[in-house]
Amino acid sequence: MFDYNFHWRPVMKSLPDLIEAGFLTLQVAALAMLFGIVIGLGLALIRLHLRGPLYWFATAWVELARNTPALFQLFFFGFGLGAFGLHLMPYSIVLAGLSFNCAGYLAENFRGGFQAIPDTQIRAARSLGMSAVQAYVRIVIPQVLRVVYHPMTNQMVWAVLMSSLGMLVGFRELSGETQFFASRTFRIFEYFAVTAVIYYVIVKVILGASRLLATRLFRY
Amino acid sequence: MSDTVSFFSGFAPRDLLFLGEAALRTMWISALSITMGSLLGAVFGWMLYEGKWVATLTLAPVLDVFRSVPLIIQLVLFYNFAPIVGLNLDPFASGVVILTIYTAALVANVARGGIEAVEPPMRRAARSLGMSYWQDMRHVVLPIGLRAVFPAWVGVALGVMKDSALVSVLGYVELLKASQILITRTQEPFLILTIAGAFYFALSYPISRYAAKLEQRWAQ
Repeated sequence: MFDYNFHWRPVMKSLPDLIEAGFLTLQVAALAMLFGIVIGLGLALIRLHLRGPLYWFATAWVELARNTPALFQLFFFGFGLGAFGLHLMPYSIVLAGLSFNCAGYLAENFRGGFQAIPDTQIRAARSLGMSAVQAYVRIVIPQVLRVVYHPMTNQMVWAVLMSSLGMLVGFRELSGETQFFASRTFRIFEYFAVTAVIYYVIVKVILGASRLLATRLFRY
Repeated sequence: MSDTVSFFSGFAPRDLLFLGEAALRTMWISALSITMGSLLGAVFGWMLYEGKWVATLTLAPVLDVFRSVPLIIQLVLFYNFAPIVGLNLDPFASGVVILTIYTAALVANVARGGIEAVEPPMRRAARSLGMSYWQDMRHVVLPIGLRAVFPAWVGVALGVMKDSALVSVLGYVELLKASQILITRTQEPFLILTIAGAFYFALSYPISRYAAKLEQRWAQ
């Protein structure tokens, strides 16, 4: 029954390459997260304060990002845009797809965060002589950050896990690199087992760093 | 040249039927995995709640692994691991096994949250009315806890439905894989991806709206 010989040597040989690919995974996830935060903040503010075409645009973005598979979104940026003569590099496909997805999910988190801050806070800030921008930056944002910090950490973890889909559009991040080596040596199980461990470590490092940052950010 | 074979042909109405059939397969594998995974997850959640440190040291880390490793890696690993121990599973069976465990790992936390949402005084009151442990569970904890975490559970279920698209890497022809097959033949990626996306959206959006409505009504 158990006559399979595990061969770990080729995996160990390419371990440095895998770890390097792991950094690429982390990089693309962090960039997607950055874009996601900026766009998501914009979408959330639009949905809270505006009506009309912009509101519908933002709503369509959020609902599409949340109600279709991430892999579908990647394919869309990969092949779908090809119909318009727009051919992206694998790196750009993954970055665009992840950013689109993160922005949609984060927008809903931010919207919930903003709604959790009572109107009276802004009015109090304004009556103390703060400008609208000051009230937002000094009073609202710090409180919103507290509410959305945990969901944002989760989203970062999701971004790392989702970036593994890059393997299916030819992007050689951690999963793509693993598949590349695995198909050359046919040691599929061994390669993907090691990759699973690397992903686990990346996720744990992110969660640990986030917890550390939280103790410094939210001391009061 | 009338005897040349045409490899590419345009999108025909009967292809819509093909996509519809594939959408049914997506629904079938999702429904199966979500049902079994939720039942298993509920049991795990109860174990996490009652198991004290034993469960914290054994069950929790195992479930954590399934949440920290990309689903696509889990699928590839399991699909290549099963033959090693003498199991010959087709892509569908492998997909169901992994999706079920994945669902269970996510639902376990939700279920534990549901049990914790029932205040101890309420449960003590139930017990002092003469209810047994299981009567308390069935008639007090279940109705109240379910209400508290139902929206979260819907979120998990919809997530698994969307993630079922990843089973296509094993070769199971669900909605997204079917759209890829059609794209290869028709060379019309934009049209076909839009149709596939519309199918996913039509499956996911009404349910997520319904859950949001319920959450709002129950919050009052």
